Amino acid sequence: MAAKFDLNEDGLFVIVGSGAGGGTLGSELARKGIKTVILEAGPRIEMEDFVNDEWESFGQLAWKDMRTTSGNWRVARDFPNLPAWIVKAVGGTTIHWAGASLRYQEHEFRTKTVYGSVKGANLLDWPLTLAELEPYYTKAEDKMGVTRTHGIPGLPGNNNFKVLQAGAKKLGYQEVHTGHMAINSEQRDDRGPCQQIGFCFQGCKSGAKWSTLIAEIPKGEETGNLEVRPQSQVIKIEHDTAGKVTGVVYVDKNGAQQRQKARAVAVAGNSIETPRLLLNSASSKFPNGLANSSGQVGKNYMRHTTGSVYGIFERPVHMYRGTTMAGIVRDEARNDPSRGFVGGYEFETLSLGLPFMAAFLNPGGWGRGFTTALEGYENMAGMWIVGEDMPQETNRVTLDPRVKDKTGMPVASVHFDDHANDAAMRMHAWRQGEAIYRAVGATKTIPVPPYPSTHNLGTCRMSEKARDGVVNKFGQTHDISNLFISDGSQFTTGGAENPTLTIVTLAIRQADNVADMMAKKVI
Amino acid sequence: MPDSKLIGGVSRRSFVKSSSGALILTATAVIHPIEAWGLESKGLAPPAVQTLIQASRDIYPHDRLADRFYALAVKDFDVKAVADPKVKALFEEGLAKLDAAARAAHGVPYVQVGLEEERVALLKRIETTPFFKSLRSGLVTGLYNQKEIWPLFGYEGSSADKGGYIERGFNDLTWL
Repeated sequence: MAAKFDLNEDGLFVIVGSGAGGGTLGSELARKGIKTVILEAGPRIEMEDFVNDEWESFGQLAWKDMRTTSGNWRVARDFPNLPAWIVKAVGGTTIHWAGASLRYQEHEFRTKTVYGSVKGANLLDWPLTLAELEPYYTKAEDKMGVTRTHGIPGLPGNNNFKVLQAGAKKLGYQEVHTGHMAINSEQRDDRGPCQQIGFCFQGCKSGAKWSTLIAEIPKGEETGNLEVRPQSQVIKIEHDTAGKVTGVVYVDKNGAQQRQKARAVAVAGNSIETPRLLLNSASSKFPNGLANSSGQVGKNYMRHTTGSVYGIFERPVHMYRGTTMAGIVRDEARNDPSRGFVGGYEFETLSLGLPFMAAFLNPGGWGRGFTTALEGYENMAGMWIVGEDMPQETNRVTLDPRVKDKTGMPVASVHFDDHANDAAMRMHAWRQGEAIYRAVGATKTIPVPPYPSTHNLGTCRMSEKARDGVVNKFGQTHDISNLFISDGSQFTTGGAENPTLTIVTLAIRQADNVADMMAKKVI
Repeated sequence: MPDSKLIGGVSRRSFVKSSSGALILTATAVIHPIEAWGLESKGLAPPAVQTLIQASRDIYPHDRLADRFYALAVKDFDVKAVADPKVKALFEEGLAKLDAAARAAHGVPYVQVGLEEERVALLKRIETTPFFKSLRSGLVTGLYNQKEIWPLFGYEGSSADKGGYIERGFNDLTWL
């Protein structure tokens, strides 16, 4: 079944991280006969061990390693050491994601051309097109079981969706439905249908939601070519005098450092750890970190123009019952500069439990204004805004100059300032969101600022030319032919859509390309 | 009944009327005779615990929540004060300053300041201090993560163990 490889086996393909990018890539390579090790920093927590309790689950699954922040984003003020809410466990952030699986739009791959020059924004066209990705999107949607594709019915609408739908229709929005969700609406791929548990963010306990933990890794392990090694946090990537990667150093569960040799390495640690690792792997040959001849490693950090709107109504909603994000309004995702900004955004249903609502409804808020809002919880509906934020070179992940982790490696520091376009888009989205709820009788609407980022993108972006980015159209770094990036760090721009489907799509395509290169002994 | 011990038969009692008049202090505990619970205070003195209970309610006022929920939240701070002298000092100094400000403005300690808006005004003045920030952020979990209060807000808690909501009203909204 699952393989077990030796540290000195230098013919292995080594992947850092087991999430949407790393878990998919590893499983695909294994199924092509390529011996692969995935080194995952977190433990392996199985579905039976997930808990339907927000804080307990956060303690179990969340990435809580020290990070620092700066910039004018509110996250730096309210959650200075938690820039992102992502997962440290086998499966990565596919454990807690909501399942929203949208294809990026054609123009979103060429924003420099379509949006033109936006002052202060580091826009760049992707080195690939939607047309090139379409066959892989189709494969990914089949693999993940995305509703409304491949004949899979949409999920039923829960109470929260009913409110969104009614309000959206009243305002004249047309593209309103229960979403393209990688959550089974019926039995498929040996996984049962959604039970409307409503704790999607805490790990799906029914198996209806796709994750690399339950849907990809086991298939890879079955081939005998894949080993997933949990509690193995990679701290350095090593290379030879010719500049080719030779292996990685990681810390095992006992705190001891181990060296795993490799024929090639793919980094998929999500967009904060991935550049951190490249920067921490600096050497005399690569003093600015690996794959960083462009200087763009860590730069162009994007987190989507998020934010939420909650509406309080005269009668109960019980928004927390059922699939958290199976509800969408897509009309505003178009590019329409007449609204006062470039790029677009989606409205998606969202709910938090009472404990998280107390923490995130108004971080730092207190007093009767706060508690009156919270007392409306039973009658609350909620939506989340996902919009395209502008890449800016100054929004970046760097190594903190002072703070180090337990192994002595500098931690990641995330700097972020809203671009004027981001702020304008968010204001528009808040106003429209409030209008949706007021249209169906909300007595109070509450715009909420962005939470610690669940969408983290762009820090090792794709580019046609080596001077503009870190990787090429296959996620292969420009500088080092046997070093790849496989997570959302690759994204040249952020689009208005949740990124996981595109990450999986790129990983399937990257696996084809890697297998081809290995067969031709290019790597 | 939540996790607190009823205290009985203690020799010294001081009757310190709080603004609600509800709590009684002994040498080692805060007692609520009507709600019938007692909270042993180990890290902080009972008057400090009493002040914390009132301040907690003023920070997150829910008129439908009995004192015992705020007391349980405050118990967390008492436990932390036992474990960490820095926390103990932070809270003791913060509470002393709060009482001093109350005396200066109203001639009485914080718990005896009669009007909520006056107490809130005193809290607003210390809003940016490390003591207040610790207290407020601790209450976010200490208060709202108590399972017993969830039904009062209409939150039903864990769901998978009950078969999800597929047959328990996930789409039962009829008013639209």
